[in-house]
Amino acid sequence: MEDKTFTISVYSENNVGLLNRISGIFLKRHINILSLNVSESEIENVSRFIIVVNTTEKWVQNIVGQIEKQIEVIKAFYHTDEETIYLENALFKIASSLLFDEKQIQNIIKESQSTIVTVSRDFFVISKSGRRSEIEELYEKFKPYGIMQFVRSGRISVSKEKMEISSLLETFK
Amino acid sequence: MGTIRISGAEAIIRCLLEEGVDLIYGYPGGAIMPVYDELYKFQDQLHHVLVRHEQGATHAAQGYARATGKVGVAIATSGPGATNLVTGIADAQIDSTPMVCITGQVGRHLLGSDAFQETDIIGISTPVTKWNFQVTEASQIPEIIAKAFYIARSGRPGPVLIDITKNAQFDELDFSYEKCTGIRSYNPVPKLNLDKVAEAAALINSAKKPLIVFGQGIILGQAEAEFKAVLEKSGIPAAWTILGLSALPTDHPLNVGMLGMHGNYAPNLLTNECDVLIAFGMRFDDRVTGKLSTYAKQAKVIHFEIDPAEIDKNVKTEIAVLGDVKESLAALLPLLDAKSHDLWHNEFKELAKVEYESVIKDELNPSTAGLSMGETIEMINKHSKGDAIIVSDVGQHQMFACRYAKFNSTKSNITSGGLGTMGFALPAAIGAKMGKPDREVVAIIGDGGFQMTIQELGTIFQTQVPVKIVILNNEFLGMVRQWQELFFDNRYASTKMINPNFVAIAEGYHIKSKKVTQREDLDAAVAEMLASKDSYFLEVMVEKENNVFPMIPTGACVSEIRLS
Repeated sequence: MEDKTFTISVYSENNVGLLNRISGIFLKRHINILSLNVSESEIENVSRFIIVVNTTEKWVQNIVGQIEKQIEVIKAFYHTDEETIYLENALFKIASSLLFDEKQIQNIIKESQSTIVTVSRDFFVISKSGRRSEIEELYEKFKPYGIMQFVRSGRISVSKEKMEISSLLETFK
Repeated sequence: MGTIRISGAEAIIRCLLEEGVDLIYGYPGGAIMPVYDELYKFQDQLHHVLVRHEQGATHAAQGYARATGKVGVAIATSGPGATNLVTGIADAQIDSTPMVCITGQVGRHLLGSDAFQETDIIGISTPVTKWNFQVTEASQIPEIIAKAFYIARSGRPGPVLIDITKNAQFDELDFSYEKCTGIRSYNPVPKLNLDKVAEAAALINSAKKPLIVFGQGIILGQAEAEFKAVLEKSGIPAAWTILGLSALPTDHPLNVGMLGMHGNYAPNLLTNECDVLIAFGMRFDDRVTGKLSTYAKQAKVIHFEIDPAEIDKNVKTEIAVLGDVKESLAALLPLLDAKSHDLWHNEFKELAKVEYESVIKDELNPSTAGLSMGETIEMINKHSKGDAIIVSDVGQHQMFACRYAKFNSTKSNITSGGLGTMGFALPAAIGAKMGKPDREVVAIIGDGGFQMTIQELGTIFQTQVPVKIVILNNEFLGMVRQWQELFFDNRYASTKMINPNFVAIAEGYHIKSKKVTQREDLDAAVAEMLASKDSYFLEVMVEKENNVFPMIPTGACVSEIRLS
C-alpha cells in the first residue's frame, strides 16, 4: 500500500486535553502531522480537528479507529484530496517601499488574486487563500524581493460527502 | 435528591460510597491528605488498605477487579505518588481492567509552577488511560467521579485517572450524587447487527475445519454460559488466549488449549489449517499471532468484538460482528447447526499426543534431580482441585502456570498479559483475595518478579490477608535466560540472580514459610500451604536452566512452533 495524503476530520466535545490524546495516537505510530487545525464546528460546543497526514490507507483507518475510541470524540473520518474541498491561508509581510519601487509586486498581487490586509509606513501584509501549491507559487514570486515574515495556516477542509454529525449526536442521547 | 454542604474531600468519599466501593488501595501524602482525613471519619464504610508502594495499590486494585468483575480503586498523592501508579495503569489499560485512580494534586494556584511534588500526571497518564481529568474546583467532583466509574466499567473496560487539586479537596460544595448513565460522545457498546450474526452463522455452519479462539472478552462480558452453549452446539474446538483462560473449564472436552508463543502445539499449528477462524473477545495480540503475514491466511476470519478499533487492526476479517459478546452469542446460538467435527478433533488429539510425549510428560514427571515448575503447578492442582484463583507474575513461571494450572470456574486466572509487568502478582493476589475472601488465592511468582514488589509482604502482614505465595526460584531471570540460550549464544548477560534468604524475609514479616528443595517434600508442603488459614510463603527451588516449550520464536509463523 502506498503513502497518500489524507485529511482526517475529528468531531469532538470541546474539552481540555483532547489534543494531547489525539496527537499521542500519531506519536505512538511515528506518523508526522503535516498540518493541524482546530476550531469550532457548525454544531454548538462541538470542535472540529482537521489533521493532514501522509501515510497508507491501512494506517489511516487504524488511526481513525483509535481516535474514535477516545471518550470525547464523536466521530472521525478520513478523506483523500479528491474527496474534499480544502485550502490553506497565508500571510506575507513585505516592506512598504517595495510596493512603490517594484512595479511587478502590484502585478503579482493582482494575478494571484491575493488581498492586501493592511498597509503602514514600513510594511504591508498580503493574505492569500488557496491550495498549498498556489501559496508556494506566490512565495516563490515574492521571495526575490524580500519577505519580512511569512506564515501559513493548517489546512481547512470540508468533505464532499455528508458527515451527519447532528443526527449521530441525536442517537447518542 | 437534596444537597448537603460538604468539603470536596468528603464529596470524594461519598462519591465512592455511592458507586458501591467499600475497599480502596492507596498511600497517603501531602496533596491527598484532606481525603485521608475524611477516610478516617468514614473508616467503617470504606476500608482503606495501606500498601507499601503506590504501584502495589494499582496492582491490588487490578487483582480485585479481575477477581470480582467490579471496578478497582487506587488512591495516591501528587508527584511521585502519582507517577508510581503509572505501571499499574498501563497494565490495566492493555488488559482492559476497570480501575479508577484518584491522585491529589497541588493547589490550583500552583499548577504549572513546578511546585513541590507537582507533576503533570494528566499528561503522563494520557496514553495509558481510557480517560483522565483534572478537577480544579470542588463543585466538579460528583459529576467527574460519576463519569469516571461509568467510563471505567462500560464497554471495553479500562483505567481512568482523576487528578484533584488540593484546593478542590478543601473547598466546599453543595453535594448531591447522580450516577452517570451516558456520555454524549461515547458509545460503549455498538448496536448488534443481526444480519452480521446471520452471515457469521452461515459461514460457521459451512465450515469443515472451524476453530474458535477466545479471549478475556468472554469474562468481561459475563458471557461464559452463552459461550459454552455455542461451543457445545457447534462442536467446534476452542483455544484460549492467556487472558481468556478460565472462561471455559480447563477440562472441557472442546477446550484444545492455549494459543500463542508458549501455547499448545495443536491449536497453534492448526490455526494455519482451519478454514474458518472465529474470534470471540480477543484482539489478535502479536504474542498470539506470531508473524502476521503468515497467520491463518487460508482461513476466513469472523471477529466478535466490542471495540470497533480492533476490527482489521491486525488480522483482516471476513465478517465483523460488533457488539456485546453475551448478546451476540445468544443471537448466534439458535442459528448454528449442531455438529461434532470428529475428524477435525482427531487432528487436535493427535498433535496433543505429540506435545504430551515430547514436552508435557517430562515436565510433569521429570527425570532430572531438580524440581520442575510444571510439577509444582501440577501439585497445586492436585491440592486445590482446580478451585483456586491463580495469580501469576511474569516470566517462565507464568507460562508454566498458564499452561498447566487447572480451572473449574471463571475469573480464576489473573496475570499481566499485555504489558507483562514483573512485580504484578504479589499485590494483585492481595486484591484478588480481598475481593474473593471465600476462594483460595495462590500467587505464583519467580524470584525476579517477587523482588520487584517484595515490600507488599508488609501489606499482607498488616492486613492479615491469607494469600498463598509460591516462589518458583531458579536463581535466574528465567525467560530472558531462555532467550539468551536460544538466540544469544548462551551469553547470560545480567540474568543470574544472587538471591537473599527469602524465607527469612517472609518470616521477618511474620508470614509462615517453608522452603522445598527435594521432590519428596513438595506434596506435603503444598498440602500444608493450602490447609493454612493464614498467609503462607512457599519457596520451591526448581531446575535452574529449564526452558518453556513449545515456543514460537518472535517473528516466526504459528505453524513453526518448536517442541524443543
